[in-house]
Amino acid sequence: MIWQEILLGLVKAIALIAVVMTMAGYTVLVERKVAAWIQGRPGPNRTRIPLLGNIPILGNFLTRLGIFQPAADGLKFLFKEEPLPGHVKKFYYVLAPLIAFIPAMTTMTVVPFGQWIHADTGEVVPLVLANIDIGILFLLAVSSLGVYGIILAGWSSNSKYPFMGGIRASAQMISYELAMGVSLLPVFMWYGGSLNLAEIAQAQAGTLSEVIPGIGVLFPKWTIVFQPLSALIFLVALFAETNRLPFDMPESETDLVAGFNTEYGAFKFGLFFVGEYTHIIIGSAVFTLLFLGGFNPPWVLLPAGWLGAVLSVLVFLVKTFSIVFFFVWIRWTLPRFRYDQVMNLGWKMLLPLSVLNLFIYAIAIAIYDTI
Amino acid sequence: MAIKVVERKPLSFAEKTYLPQIVGGLKITMKNLFKPTVTLEYPDERPEIPDGYRGVPTLVKDPNGREKCVSCQLCEFVCPPKAIRILPGSIDETSDRAHIEKAPQEFEINMLRCIYCGFCEEVCPEEAIFLKDMFSLSGMSREEMIHKKAKLYELGGTLPDAHYKWDKKKEAELSGGGHH
Repeated sequence: MIWQEILLGLVKAIALIAVVMTMAGYTVLVERKVAAWIQGRPGPNRTRIPLLGNIPILGNFLTRLGIFQPAADGLKFLFKEEPLPGHVKKFYYVLAPLIAFIPAMTTMTVVPFGQWIHADTGEVVPLVLANIDIGILFLLAVSSLGVYGIILAGWSSNSKYPFMGGIRASAQMISYELAMGVSLLPVFMWYGGSLNLAEIAQAQAGTLSEVIPGIGVLFPKWTIVFQPLSALIFLVALFAETNRLPFDMPESETDLVAGFNTEYGAFKFGLFFVGEYTHIIIGSAVFTLLFLGGFNPPWVLLPAGWLGAVLSVLVFLVKTFSIVFFFVWIRWTLPRFRYDQVMNLGWKMLLPLSVLNLFIYAIAIAIYDTI
Repeated sequence: MAIKVVERKPLSFAEKTYLPQIVGGLKITMKNLFKPTVTLEYPDERPEIPDGYRGVPTLVKDPNGREKCVSCQLCEFVCPPKAIRILPGSIDETSDRAHIEKAPQEFEINMLRCIYCGFCEEVCPEEAIFLKDMFSLSGMSREEMIHKKAKLYELGGTLPDAHYKWDKKKEAELSGGGHH
């Protein structure tokens, strides 16, 4: 029996890795397409694979949409020459992309992406690889390890721009991790101290009618509705954590060439790239789970049985990809902050704001609980 | 000049949070997202070349198939980078224009030197050399980039002629008018 369980776990894990990797590839495509459309270009529209691309109308449509582009991008990374510059610290240079990639892929184990309600008993089973009680804690801890990959890459490249990128990454991580953690505390307070992502998501089903009688029916019971400030601070910190514009200090193509990955090429660069986009997907998923009701559709409750399970996964994917789209949308809207502005925003604005937010909600929740 | 001090309004609270501006920016980019593309998918679609565009210089013939160039060598003389080489020659004895006009025996334009200034077109008294709308010239060797007479006529083809100089001359001669 134990072998069966191990095998089943392995199959699930591999399936999830395949799905998340594919999603990361297509997130790159979303980025390129949305960037192109915002800038008035058509975007990638030439890649065509035999069979599927030859279907009369559909093939052309998919080609224009660039559906086959991620495969071409991935293969390009695989088949390119793998240069190892002479001036790098070789061991750490090779290690760095792995350290950036592995935590990003590890965090997805605790992300619940749906739920299945037993039709007869009403038992609720979250669809997740590891339904652990310290879910969000594990996630924050592991995902912040990813920055070590960047720091290590910056240091081991033995070159000035990567080094500056690495330093910026470390400074930025320290300043935003704090605000991020503090902004999440009111959420956990509200959900009775639970750190389990699935439980938090389940608690957001339905409408606010039981909290606010009357007009509460109009609002879905999502955390963002009654804790918008936490959501805002968390979102901003998330942008900083995932090194996305306007906070892509470690990379900043314009002033640091490409920052930490200047000296990287071929598949090692590919690992950084996939890791970064996996990070964005996981970050969006966490934001969805904590603030946007997770896999619950707005207002209505999920039906029991398989239909409900499929629906919950779809709802979750739609919400996650909306946030991914928002990430991309912001990237092509806002210019990059200057380094000192990033620090100012982190320490002088977000941190005090998140502490204030924490106090207000702590008092409010205490009052709400006593009456 | 008097200095005018413009009073700068203090930022409102909403402006200080920076958020309304972000929302405004997001609106603009969202609007752009749905606009049609402004680019040209180049090798498939070609830009419309305006009249008078100075592309690759070519030699043209008149609608009767007559070589217009009389190898006066003015273009060779005016060419700033000295890209044009002309070896004047006489016209074939069987032609009715033999001993009256000349024609180039060799006509070379070195496209590696040509700067597309259009002086040759401007200076040509016979309207024989034209800069066409071709703009993406490429070749695999230096020899290929030196356009010989045959290549120049092939690129130039025939252009409509406003004068029919030779026909007029013949007509005048037949009606006893001598020189036109």
